[in-house]
Amino acid sequence: MPSRTGSHRPAGIGKSLSERGLLLLIVLVLLEGSVLPLGAASSPDISHKEDLDKHKVPEENYTKKAFPVLDLDYHHVHTPFEVSLWVLLASLMKLGFHLIPRLSGIVPESCLLITVGLLVGGLIKLAGEKVPPVLDSKLFFLCLLPPIILDAGYFLPIRPFMENLGTILMFAVVGTLWNAFFVGGLLYAVCQIQPANPSILHNIELLPCLLFGSIVSAVDPVAVLAVFEEIHINELLHILVFGESLLNDAVTVVLYHLFEEYSGAGTVSVLDCVLGVISFLVVSIGGVLVGAFYGILTAFTSRFTSHTRVIEPLFVFVYSYMAYLSAEMFHLSGIMALIACGAVMRPYVEANISHKSHTTIKYFLKMWSSVSETLIFIFLGVATVDGPHAWDWTFVTVTVILCLVSRVIGVIGLTYVINKFRIVKLTTKDQFIVAYGGLRGAIAFSLGFLLDENLFPMRKMFLTAIITVIFFTVFVQGMTIKPLVELLAVKKKQEAKRTINEEIHTQFLDHLLTGIEDICGHYGHHHWKDKLNRFNKKYVKKCLIAGERSREPQLIAFYHKMEFKQAIELVESGGGIKLPSAVPSTVSMQNIQPKKPPTAKPAERVLPQLPKGREEEIRKILRSNLQRTRMRLRSYNRHTLVADPFEDGFGDLLMKKQKMIELEKKIHDMNNYLTVPAAPPDSPTMCRARLASGKDTDFKPAQQHKGNTICPDPQAYSMKPTSDSVPTIHVDLASPQSPDSVNVMDEFKRASKKRDEEDQGLMMRPSTGLRHAGEADGGKEQQKLTRCLSDPGPSADEEEDEPFLP
Amino acid sequence: MGASQTRTVHKYQDLADKTGFSLEQIKNLYQRFQHLSGNEETISRDNLESIPALANNPIRKQIIAAFFDKRNQHQDEVGSCNEIGFEQFLMVMSHFRPPNAKTTEEEKEAMRKEKLRFLFNMHDTNNDGTITLVEYRKVVEELLSNSGDIGQEAAKAIADAAMLEVASTNVPHMGPEDFYAGITFEHFEQILEGLEMESRMHIRFLDVNTATMRCGKSQS
Repeated sequence: MPSRTGSHRPAGIGKSLSERGLLLLIVLVLLEGSVLPLGAASSPDISHKEDLDKHKVPEENYTKKAFPVLDLDYHHVHTPFEVSLWVLLASLMKLGFHLIPRLSGIVPESCLLITVGLLVGGLIKLAGEKVPPVLDSKLFFLCLLPPIILDAGYFLPIRPFMENLGTILMFAVVGTLWNAFFVGGLLYAVCQIQPANPSILHNIELLPCLLFGSIVSAVDPVAVLAVFEEIHINELLHILVFGESLLNDAVTVVLYHLFEEYSGAGTVSVLDCVLGVISFLVVSIGGVLVGAFYGILTAFTSRFTSHTRVIEPLFVFVYSYMAYLSAEMFHLSGIMALIACGAVMRPYVEANISHKSHTTIKYFLKMWSSVSETLIFIFLGVATVDGPHAWDWTFVTVTVILCLVSRVIGVIGLTYVINKFRIVKLTTKDQFIVAYGGLRGAIAFSLGFLLDENLFPMRKMFLTAIITVIFFTVFVQGMTIKPLVELLAVKKKQEAKRTINEEIHTQFLDHLLTGIEDICGHYGHHHWKDKLNRFNKKYVKKCLIAGERSREPQLIAFYHKMEFKQAIELVESGGGIKLPSAVPSTVSMQNIQPKKPPTAKPAERVLPQLPKGREEEIRKILRSNLQRTRMRLRSYNRHTLVADPFEDGFGDLLMKKQKMIELEKKIHDMNNYLTVPAAPPDSPTMCRARLASGKDTDFKPAQQHKGNTICPDPQAYSMKPTSDSVPTIHVDLASPQSPDSVNVMDEFKRASKKRDEEDQGLMMRPSTGLRHAGEADGGKEQQKLTRCLSDPGPSADEEEDEPFLP
Repeated sequence: MGASQTRTVHKYQDLADKTGFSLEQIKNLYQRFQHLSGNEETISRDNLESIPALANNPIRKQIIAAFFDKRNQHQDEVGSCNEIGFEQFLMVMSHFRPPNAKTTEEEKEAMRKEKLRFLFNMHDTNNDGTITLVEYRKVVEELLSNSGDIGQEAAKAIADAAMLEVASTNVPHMGPEDFYAGITFEHFEQILEGLEMESRMHIRFLDVNTATMRCGKSQS
């Protein structure tokens, strides 16, 4: 708390100078990090030199003039210009696909993007230019891949990931090893048995084959993400395939370096194998450790950012990037470092940073990753057109077939083993999807691209085969997986957001299971998880989270988050009519409050007999007030952003939030009185139907008016409690009667409001649900108002019903 | 000796049929039971309360109460007892069995119901078929009991919000004078639908014995 209250400006000036210096340094480092490789990637390129030559001619022309009013110096900007052009192209393409209505439903975006890449590459080639080596490995690994992986790591659903870690690791490590050796070995065998015509395949040795196998066998996170995001598969399958694609990076890296190293020498000894295993452990665990280290560093840094909120997101990005680079520096698994970094930092960073920074991080990560992904697929297309190809039918077909076969065998074999240990077994359908979802992507291509032409004379053939496999998996499997998922009726992801009840019960269950384990006296998962949680709460959170929040239990944090979200929704909707849409019902606190003197109700209910116009007015006032407070605070400040009412420290935030909630309650209550819902509570189906038909709290159903006018009438009450037992049919039964009764009662008003009465007679006939719908549309407020004054309400009807009931 | 051996095996077989545990698991649990009870025939609340590992569990009281709740012992009785024998102990434990590959869909459904009923009974302390707001508040309070004052303050608000949520999802339309009495079992099932209790609410009971068991014992 003390550090939070210090966030008000006067205290922060002295410190912020030095801090800003530090930040500047970091920004520079970041810029260097991100721009240099870009430049390095695209500048040593002959096509640009041609550009340069071309543009020199006009330049000379211009310099002869006295003063160049308009100058053309393309070379000066060409690198960033081209980069922006690519990004723009990618973004526009992404935009375009979603404008074409049915296209994106049939073809996955990744396929479309590759096609665009092919077209662009083809155009460049037709124009006679040399296709730029866009998918340069350096560019790919240093610029395009990290955002995607960070996005995946930061938003990794940790719980399912950890729960299935064993399965994921099994697929990632053993599965990838199996694939690599199966594909590599059999490929070598196939290359050897071809006695008839002499071909280059005979020259291929075992090690390059294994290297090729290790490149082509790894499931690619980018491709998997691109496809799986679209098919909305259930969480378990998603995390299995996706987790595998992330964690197999370490295996791929080690295998790649191992085989690359020894394919020159030609032999691998047992010692090398042992070293390889050790190296695998070092690469994977080292990567995770590096990531975790940077993650903790990020969390720790974010503890002190309460004075300079603007740069908060930057820390997340820069530290993560540093983690990636540091890991890559030692040939550790950069992907695993990023994943670990993102997953470790997230809970702490989220507690420290402001809400806005959190949103910024979310959007930036999503934006970067989606642009990167788009670029990768486009570049893949371009590189395909560009690449020096050596097409060999045997090699390519055998590769594709072997990839598929090894994947299927691997998955089936591994699930057989895994299912012995799993509680939730993987069904045949699951296995099929896991096997089928093993898409290959740009990582394989980039690794193939990195091969040294001198060491591997068959590099071109390898590249062609890799590209074919990628295209096959992305196009054929990627396009068919969606229909297959639907055909097999694989369970899909439920979109429902987490409710507070679920949160309570998840926690309750955790504690319960821990307790039962303790009583059983053996220490299983829950016990250790509990230990870890307690350690986290006791020590780690204190160090990494500033202020009050470090002591906040998870449940309370969740509740606050939810409350906060609702408050924001409320403000953003401007307190408009749609307000209670978050809770699409008219149930309010008083419905669940156990002890409530029933006498208080009539008084309460008489009070807010607001006509609709008046209600609107109140809403307007409230809204404009809210806007004004927000407006006042909205002054531009480069360093502190807008001093948002939500962000001046936690205490303040709580207070504001409380206010919001109160306001919401007020409006909600007001709404409630105005929208006292259908008196005869409809059957569940009817409720649902009405829910589906729209937010019917927005309606001003007739009953509410009745309720308001009749409220002193005890009949209204006598009717409500029975509501659950009275089916809607009663109303229907009554319907022939009701117009009459109404007419009798309103005889004297009839003359003056004839039209109105007709309307009413019509309205009374169907059950109330329909009536609402009928009245909701059309601005018949005036009518309704008059009617509610005259309408005796359904209670009268009900009374008359009684004799009709059997 | 031999006779008693066969008798215990026979008894175990009975229990195994009743609870669905394997003989090995029952043996393990029996050892644990004896350890907890101090070689007595029955186990009392004090025995469970003295388990050191439980000391930090915020819902310790409910867990222990669940063991002595007659509703959880597949009998039609209501109320709680002071001491339970091994069979009752096993009955309570059997709620935490994982589903295995052989369980059919119907069995799974039954298992889910049973597990949910167990949870529901933990919350519904007075056995009136609903979890009232007061009971729910109590649950949340216990959950947050380790976090001191903030917890207690927030607990009420959270329970209220949760109750409101249940009420609004299950009975979307209520007049201000309607009263939502509490969460019935059906509503309870509905709100926990997304949690997949049947597969989640389980612990791994040890199949193979002794070494780990000993180790666990010596620590506790």
